[in-house]
Amino acid sequence: MSAVAHREAARGGLWSRRSLGQKQVIWAWSFLAVPLVFYVVIRFWPTFQAFYLSVTDWTITKPAAFVGLENYGRLLGDPLFWQVFRNTFLYLILGTPISLLISFVVAYYLDRVRFMHSFIRALYFLPFLTTAAAMAWVWRWFYQPVPIGVINDVLSSLGIPQQPFLRSTTQALPAVLAPAVWAGLGFQIIIFLAGLRAIPVTYYEAARIDGLPEGAILRKITLPLLKPTLVFLVVFSSIGFLRIFDQVYNINTNDPGGPLNSTKPLVLMIYQTAFSSYEMGYAAAQTVVLFVILLVISLVQLRLMRDR
Amino acid sequence: MKAAASPPGLVMPHIRPGRILAWTLLFIGGVIMVTPLLFMLSTSLKDASQVYDLRVIPETPTLDNYIEILGDGRFTRWLVNSTIVAVIVTLSNVFFDSLVGYTLAKFRFRGRYVVFIAILSTLMIPTEMLVLPWYLMASQFGWIDSYWGIMFPGMMTAFGTFLMKQFFEGVPDDFLEAARIDGLNEFTIWWKIAMPLVTPALSALAIFTFLGNWTAFFWPLIVTTSAELYTLPVGLSSFAVEQSIQWEKIMTGASIATLPTLIIFLFLQRYIVRGVMLAGLKG
Repeated sequence: MSAVAHREAARGGLWSRRSLGQKQVIWAWSFLAVPLVFYVVIRFWPTFQAFYLSVTDWTITKPAAFVGLENYGRLLGDPLFWQVFRNTFLYLILGTPISLLISFVVAYYLDRVRFMHSFIRALYFLPFLTTAAAMAWVWRWFYQPVPIGVINDVLSSLGIPQQPFLRSTTQALPAVLAPAVWAGLGFQIIIFLAGLRAIPVTYYEAARIDGLPEGAILRKITLPLLKPTLVFLVVFSSIGFLRIFDQVYNINTNDPGGPLNSTKPLVLMIYQTAFSSYEMGYAAAQTVVLFVILLVISLVQLRLMRDR
Repeated sequence: MKAAASPPGLVMPHIRPGRILAWTLLFIGGVIMVTPLLFMLSTSLKDASQVYDLRVIPETPTLDNYIEILGDGRFTRWLVNSTIVAVIVTLSNVFFDSLVGYTLAKFRFRGRYVVFIAILSTLMIPTEMLVLPWYLMASQFGWIDSYWGIMFPGMMTAFGTFLMKQFFEGVPDDFLEAARIDGLNEFTIWWKIAMPLVTPALSALAIFTFLGNWTAFFWPLIVTTSAELYTLPVGLSSFAVEQSIQWEKIMTGASIATLPTLIIFLFLQRYIVRGVMLAGLKG
């Protein structure tokens, strides 16, 4: 017992002899110890490994051997890659402007609505809480031909010919994009609303006293002051559309990315290369390409933010 | 409040036709937004003979689809799996992200900036790039088909750490100093004094982490191979494939995957909307 007391006294002595600053440092690193191990093992090491794998011919069955830039060369010569590259950018350049335009218009008017405001906001927000994998099946059902498909039923009752939607190489990509846009609107509307609220009322009052028409107020005050919000949403939704997967995979499970690869995005190509063909090295090179694309988008964001 | 303070003539806002039109259009748009959800739910309450009847209110609603699907056992298993995974990952993020965020916001020590930049830089790395090394790691350590295998990549996030750091920076140092003088140790100061001051941020973090993990598809699809370990989205996907065109069954499965988050929203709408705003503005 005395030994224990002695040891505690000694330890207490050692601890209390340290200055407040030294104690703080010890506490700080002990708080960070487990997280740092996590970040090194689960984030940094795999990042380097992904780069390394992209220059190997690793498959599940045979060990990895260094092949230099062969995977990248193969990727550039692969017509499927260019098809997928085009699809991925189509998701981006259709999805981002369309979803931002709709969500801005909704938020702009919803901001002025007092009557049942939170109810209407909830209607727009609910799809954001859904599971993409589940909703892809609902939309898949909507796109079916008569008599199952709701959309074709409505079209035929209006006398418009049936549309093939998911069966057509030209219509399938917009048809896959629609649920992705739909599910993301609620989030964008909420962020726009927050951005609109953050604009001081006095600016508007001053503009009204000066007799500026609504359109000019929108152009000269609302939109410029909303720029940080806008930049954030452009980047956030761009990254989302560039990484689209769940919807595409589930809306056409018999031939994910079909028909004829017309809806296949980069992440689906990565998935199939790695887990259907088991060409891990080749898939790793594709992930590096995705990383570079996302990095460029993020750097453009930083640039735009600095310009404000 | 505002209306009460205004002179009586201004209490009634002038109702202009433009306002009414805008409200009506917003309302119609909102109804269109929830239409897919309404059709999903209504079809899940129909039997096979009514599926082609596209009325939203079923003629003879029935819970048979739910009884059959939940009775089969797989969906209950996937519900349990998804819940376990989402809850544990959320708790882990709430604990570790705020611990790291707090340390980086409130402690002064050499290397602080380096640690912060290092963690922040992981935001640049897309999950898809890490998936192959994670898969390799999981197969080497036998984590394929285990809860840990599904959970380990998301136990901490740079986004959550950054969010919490922002909020802890707003906590006055005097509060912490006072607790230090009272002889509380640093862990207790963080847990008992600082954490309660950032509850809005904690709820935002919890909501985002839970929702993200509940709906996650890509990694669980890769790391689970046996149906026993599927999470709800992966299970639903495999279930729907095997049902081929039994749409009422597929819609029931989709409803089971979707309803929990919708019900949580009905109860916590204010917190969730505020949380999304907080995360969006600070994040």
